[in-house]
Amino acid sequence: MATADYETHEHDVLVIGAGGAGLRAAIEAAAQGASVGLVCKSLLGKAHTVMAEGGIAAAMGNVYPEDNWQVHFRDTMRGGKMLNNWRMAQLHAQEAPDRVLELERYGALFDRTKDGLILQRDFGGHRYARLAHVGDRTGLEMIRTLQYHGIHQGIDVYMECKIERLLKDGDRVGGAFGYWRNTGKFVLFKAKAIVLATGGIGRAWKFTSNSWEYTGDGQSLALWAGADLIDMEFVQFHPTGMVWPLSVRGLLVTEGVRGDGGTLKNNKGERFMFNYIPEFFKGETADNEAEADRWYTDKKNNRRTADLLPRDEVARAINSEVKAGRGTPHGGVFLDIASRRPADYIRKRLPSMYHQFKELAGVDITKEPMEVGPTCHYVMGGVRVDADSTAATIPGLFAAGEAAGGLHGSNRLGGNSLSDLLVFGRRAGLHAALYAKNLGGQIAVNSAQVESIVRDILEPFTRSGSENPYAIQSDLQDTMQTLVGIIRTESELQEALKKIEVLKQRAGKVRVEGGRTYNPAWHTALDLGSLLTVAQCCAMSALERKESRGGHTRDDHPYTDDQWGSVNLVLRERNGSIELRREPLPQMPAELRALFQERK
Amino acid sequence: MATFTMRVFRGSPESGGFKEYRVEAGEGMVVLDLIHRIQATQANDLACRWNCKAGKCGSCSAEINGKPRLMCMTRMDIFKEDEPISVAPIRTFPLIRDLVTDVSYNYEKAKQIPPLRLKPPDPDGKYRMMQEDIDRGQEFHKCIECFLCQDVCHVIRDHEEHKKHFSGPRFFIKIAGLEMHPLDTRDRSEFIRDQAGVGLCNITKCCTEVCPEHIHITDNGIIPLKERMADGFDPIVWVVRKIRGHKKAAP
Repeated sequence: MATADYETHEHDVLVIGAGGAGLRAAIEAAAQGASVGLVCKSLLGKAHTVMAEGGIAAAMGNVYPEDNWQVHFRDTMRGGKMLNNWRMAQLHAQEAPDRVLELERYGALFDRTKDGLILQRDFGGHRYARLAHVGDRTGLEMIRTLQYHGIHQGIDVYMECKIERLLKDGDRVGGAFGYWRNTGKFVLFKAKAIVLATGGIGRAWKFTSNSWEYTGDGQSLALWAGADLIDMEFVQFHPTGMVWPLSVRGLLVTEGVRGDGGTLKNNKGERFMFNYIPEFFKGETADNEAEADRWYTDKKNNRRTADLLPRDEVARAINSEVKAGRGTPHGGVFLDIASRRPADYIRKRLPSMYHQFKELAGVDITKEPMEVGPTCHYVMGGVRVDADSTAATIPGLFAAGEAAGGLHGSNRLGGNSLSDLLVFGRRAGLHAALYAKNLGGQIAVNSAQVESIVRDILEPFTRSGSENPYAIQSDLQDTMQTLVGIIRTESELQEALKKIEVLKQRAGKVRVEGGRTYNPAWHTALDLGSLLTVAQCCAMSALERKESRGGHTRDDHPYTDDQWGSVNLVLRERNGSIELRREPLPQMPAELRALFQERK
Repeated sequence: MATFTMRVFRGSPESGGFKEYRVEAGEGMVVLDLIHRIQATQANDLACRWNCKAGKCGSCSAEINGKPRLMCMTRMDIFKEDEPISVAPIRTFPLIRDLVTDVSYNYEKAKQIPPLRLKPPDPDGKYRMMQEDIDRGQEFHKCIECFLCQDVCHVIRDHEEHKKHFSGPRFFIKIAGLEMHPLDTRDRSEFIRDQAGVGLCNITKCCTEVCPEHIHITDNGIIPLKERMADGFDPIVWVVRKIRGHKKAAP
């Protein structure tokens, strides 16, 4: 092809990804008067936010007036084993309540307290009942609310459009290039500012709660454009995914089950979580069943149940129980709410869980326990951003939500994701619009960049290779599952990196049949580039961090190491290869530090 | 492990037909699993939409043995092994390729709905709503926008001429949700009558039957909207309502 044939659209701000963060960013940028384009890989309203179940963490104090942003900040930092970017954690805790109220003003219908305010539920690692929710389908309410608010704000939505590369105008970002999934035709976006809100990387693992979309697009786009990634070793394995039937293995079972009274049991019927309380959380965790059960109704005089330790702790505990032979027939543990709460209560509080188990596993969760086990759920790391503005390390590029790193440190608390999307989605939209306004002038995009991207995109149709893109994706998932999973060790991480290298070679020989119209083989082949990139980033960082912390557990370095506790791992691409550096963790000011001395 | 014959629609707007694939199904598998198996091994370019694979995103709508369903929530163990299973795109919307259709009609209709107009907050700046006042709204908010109700609605399916001024069941419950929202103050009656076209619905309840979220689209959404309109312009519905009294909404 001599000259690439493509359509062009121009915006002040281009938002890539239309989940919670992307929609909230687009709404804010439009409110600032910017011309906004919003690109999404699927249809609008189908992004992964729709799957979020439990709720939005925000210290509104509707159920426990003692709750405030300082307590939420402290919980978030401790949940992340103090590796969080303190400033992000502060902004997040301070602004989350306003963002929730804003959703209500957009039309969201949260479950109510008796006096008509937004009801809040218990979740792991949160001192008080703090999650604003709608039964167990909070994400659906959130995305639908933002979607229907957003369509009246003059935003141009480009659905089923995949961005393959960012375009540069000198050192700064100047646009993005991609294709329409339903026609295979090319599209170029010129934009003064770009917000990456593309979500996570979970598709690189075999047992995952993530959909096909989660192929690390934003992280890879940023890296390839010269921006830094941070904390990529920290991957959250949610403790409770379905384990059976195999076809739904990994599908999420909300933490709300435990928040609403459910408990984990092994095959002997023991509530084993009491045996896994780490020193770090001993002061605030009940060490016996009686106190744990009293805590649900009396939080002042009792400590939190061990069932609601942060996710990394619970996932490791389940892993150990199964390894010790105390698991269920299908290799998980039992999650029992049937024997602890009335059937009506369960159906009212957990309607989608009831539906999901009934329809997909033939299990009635009001009568029988569920079988659950860890599933790849979330990446704490991502694009390195400035806490206040969400600006990445190259001008014009911003990132928010799961695509960005820093807020959650080494482990995210449940409920802090939806609040993250709102708080930093809004900040990204705001600062991207301000940046675009101040930039002035025209964006110039060098067309030579486009020619080479087009060649890469079309190559799978013309090359002589015979590799199947689905097979490569599946082999990568096996590799990450077995070698870069919950428990890691040096030799296995090295082996993973070698295998990823081989898979990269194979990806270069993928050949797809058929045409360019809605061809999933072609789409899968193209997504391999980012998927392999983020897999490599994760394995490289995991090999480097020689300690265990949060979502990174090393069998060969099983303890948390204070020296590593003040280090972030930063990745960047230079001359086609990924470089890894250690950088000092930003230190929080004394007044915030004092919050951690007050009580253990 | 059972082996099934899957008759999957393959083709473009210009031409197409059913193609047979023999596929093994493991325990607990759903139709979408078999479609993925076909994709990975026999027909790499087989086009279908999907996202969550848990009945929550509403992407994988199809007509399975002629019935509109979500592929991810249709278990293989409801079928007999020796009977072929047909999987076709939802027929009401224009075909793009294989199992993928152009559902942009729905996104256009969504945009036309006059949004929430908020009443002022309480004197302390807060909004209060009682749970019992939002139960019905929350039922409508369960909608996953799979558009199966739109697919099966006779008005959209069979009457191209009505599509311009007819929103369809998905958007009737969206509108009903706004109308019943305790904080909303907007009058949508003209829109509901003239642009949403609620009068064209003849209450066959096909939409309610196919809803994977079991939303009582007709009883709880459409009929109250019709009743609201009835006082002004529909004497027949008005008379029926007077004779039968207000029907209690389904639970």
